[in-house]
Amino acid sequence: METQLETHVHARTAYRSGRARAIALLGPLTVLAGLVWAIVQPYRLTLLHPHHQGVWWLVVEPPLLVAAAGLFFSLAVARPLIADLEEEDAAAR
Amino acid sequence: MQPRAEMVHWVFASGVLVLGLIMIAQAIAGPTVWAKRRWRVYLWPGIAFGLGVLMWPVMTFYTNSAIHMVAHSVWAQALMVMGAAELGLAKGKLSSRWWRLAAPIGIAFSGIAFLVHEQNPWLFSRSAFLHHLLGWTLIGLALFPLGLAYRPRSAFFRYGFGVFVIAIAVMLLCDRDVSSIFGHLSPLAGPPHR
Repeated sequence: METQLETHVHARTAYRSGRARAIALLGPLTVLAGLVWAIVQPYRLTLLHPHHQGVWWLVVEPPLLVAAAGLFFSLAVARPLIADLEEEDAAAR
Repeated sequence: MQPRAEMVHWVFASGVLVLGLIMIAQAIAGPTVWAKRRWRVYLWPGIAFGLGVLMWPVMTFYTNSAIHMVAHSVWAQALMVMGAAELGLAKGKLSSRWWRLAAPIGIAFSGIAFLVHEQNPWLFSRSAFLHHLLGWTLIGLALFPLGLAYRPRSAFFRYGFGVFVIAIAVMLLCDRDVSSIFGHLSPLAGPPHR
């Protein structure tokens, strides 16, 4: 079967330096901490039982805030920082 | 419609957690790579300044005594001065190294503000316990930026600063308005919720 659609499969990023690996882990570990907290204390997640909850109880949910902080850090801070680290390492080689 | 005090603590905790992660990342990457993109240099001073600005609504809406108002105001000003001094240093507008003392002084003031506005003993409730713990932790935390003022390249002070900031975020996330601590809850604190 032939198709004109082409799927780009990105090679899995393997960070060369230990520094880049450490920074790449910070965000996912924080998200994981939020998820573990949600599993250990599910009553802190009002989204699981949203009826008769005030707006603030639905907006401010600590385990989700932790996960969101990790996600924000990964995307906004860690990603460009790792690119710079890799660039510097490549230049040093 | 006003959120509970514990919710405000949780929202601030998210900002402080991001701040701690940024500081750890900065320590790992080193100053040269960190400064490769100009916006990164302003990141932690900017967040610190922003947290100071956001303390003003807290002072306005969560003032249930004069000591609360004074403590929150002092805290807001200390955070803003700390953030502004670090922003000035990052931009190059401030050059004297004495400005680096704004961070330890600002953090120590934050710790004192926590201790002063908590009138109850440690085991009165979880909130009281955390206010005492946060206050003393912040005073201890102030030693790290103080060390960095004299040894700016010290990895120990950089990592220590970041780890302590994350510890502050964890403590803020543990806060509840009325809840027990190690099985203790004063009957004067009121009935626990959730």
